[in-house]
Amino acid sequence: MSNLAVSQLSKRFDHFEALSEVNLSLESGEFVALVGASGCGKSTLLRIIGGLETKTTGTLCIDGRAITAPGRDRAMVFQDYSLYPWLSVRENVLFCRGLKAYSKGQTEATIGDAMRRSNLLIELMGLARVRDASPAALSGGMRQRVAIARALMAQPDFLLMDEPFGALDTQTREVMHDLILHVKETERCGILFVTHDVEEAVYLADRVVVLAPNPGHVDSVWDISLPPRNQELKLTPAFLHYKREITQRIRATSGMVSDLSALQALTTA
Amino acid sequence: MSKTSYRLVALASFLLLLGVWFGLTATGLIDPMFLPSPIDVAEQAWSWATTDNLLGNTGISIYRVMTGFALSAAMAVPLGLYIGAFMPVRAFFEPLMEFSRYLPAVAFVPLVLLWAGIGEASKIALIWLGTFFQMVLMVSDDVSRVPMSQIEAARTLGATNAEVVHKVLLRSALPGIFDTLRLTLGFAWTYLVVAELVAANSGVGYAIMQAQRFLQTDRIFVGIIVIGIIGLITDQSLRFVHRKLFPWARK
Repeated sequence: MSNLAVSQLSKRFDHFEALSEVNLSLESGEFVALVGASGCGKSTLLRIIGGLETKTTGTLCIDGRAITAPGRDRAMVFQDYSLYPWLSVRENVLFCRGLKAYSKGQTEATIGDAMRRSNLLIELMGLARVRDASPAALSGGMRQRVAIARALMAQPDFLLMDEPFGALDTQTREVMHDLILHVKETERCGILFVTHDVEEAVYLADRVVVLAPNPGHVDSVWDISLPPRNQELKLTPAFLHYKREITQRIRATSGMVSDLSALQALTTA
Repeated sequence: MSKTSYRLVALASFLLLLGVWFGLTATGLIDPMFLPSPIDVAEQAWSWATTDNLLGNTGISIYRVMTGFALSAAMAVPLGLYIGAFMPVRAFFEPLMEFSRYLPAVAFVPLVLLWAGIGEASKIALIWLGTFFQMVLMVSDDVSRVPMSQIEAARTLGATNAEVVHKVLLRSALPGIFDTLRLTLGFAWTYLVVAELVAANSGVGYAIMQAQRFLQTDRIFVGIIVIGIIGLITDQSLRFVHRKLFPWARK
């Protein structure tokens, strides 16, 4: 069991305050979704946790140990263009095995385990048929499966996902949603998932964190208690209730309402 | 457009050029001293090849271009890679390279002769001067164009900086770097002729210079066409190698 703890974290870019005093915690096996209006800093927060951005103030710890740089305990899945087109699907999945961080203390047994794990991940993600294909030959959904398998190959404590399905069509997204829930059951890592799609967040997450902009801060946290997920669930009153409430929170924090009244004032004048 | 039709149209452009050239000279309105006919040029090429060592001159020119170019590439690829990868390296070298790029290589001829003498070194040095700075900047640009998420994915998997540079940046930018080399090889030929015009007693550029002295316009044409053909052949071969080496980089 690992615990990721963010406390009183702030981030400032020159004169722009992106995040202000954000608190967040994530355990192994937990699925937390970050949602919010554009500019609320949800991607920035994820990137700081991933070690790809620096924080300005506050603390960021895994099991009490401070995080300042990227590491294999926090693998990240990006929206697109992150695969290595010169490697096959299988070689992409195995990419991390070629890094120094993994070759220390390597034995026949650990190499064998890694090979078995890569095969399992390829099976799990439904990539068996295309294992020798080039990523360039795959559809967007298949590419994201490779990206997820590659991240899981590192056996991260936490999987960080930055709008991973944002570029996919609705049908592919639904397939990916059930796939990622299956991954959550089999791999015991904690998942932090950034999305702008509330339905996606409610469907996948145990907890939905709404961030509000100007400056980015936690607006509200929603514990989602729903039965095991299936696509039918999206039509039930309980599901729709969460979806409506969270959407309303985001709308209330986005400042879009004032835009609309300004527009009305403009057209009636 | 199919490959065959592309080739046919390409061939047509050469035949058209040849036809216009032939037509112009056949009218007899133009003094052959200004524009010799294709037949004169072909005859000149034959006699130059059989009696006057055209092959040897071409060989020495190719050697000079390749040596100067290889020297440039061997220095420019690593430097461009590190400029593209690391901000401090970029800050140190990029403005310097931008400045040097605008120094006219041709104006360096007297200095190069002074420093490197009239031997092979001066020709190679001039080709290096003409290609190196451009190449560094183009390679660093190729490296900068590697998608950020490819780099960041490696970092979150635990790659060190050195691993990011060699396993991601270099690999990802390699097709672009290869194209850059193909383009700069063209510049190298331009500077070769400059180098041979100034101080040489062999090479295609030198032969053109000699022909000018004796008003052998047809021979000048042969020299120019030989360089054109070599350029065309190397360019096409490098494109072919590119397709074989980087099938994943199809545009």
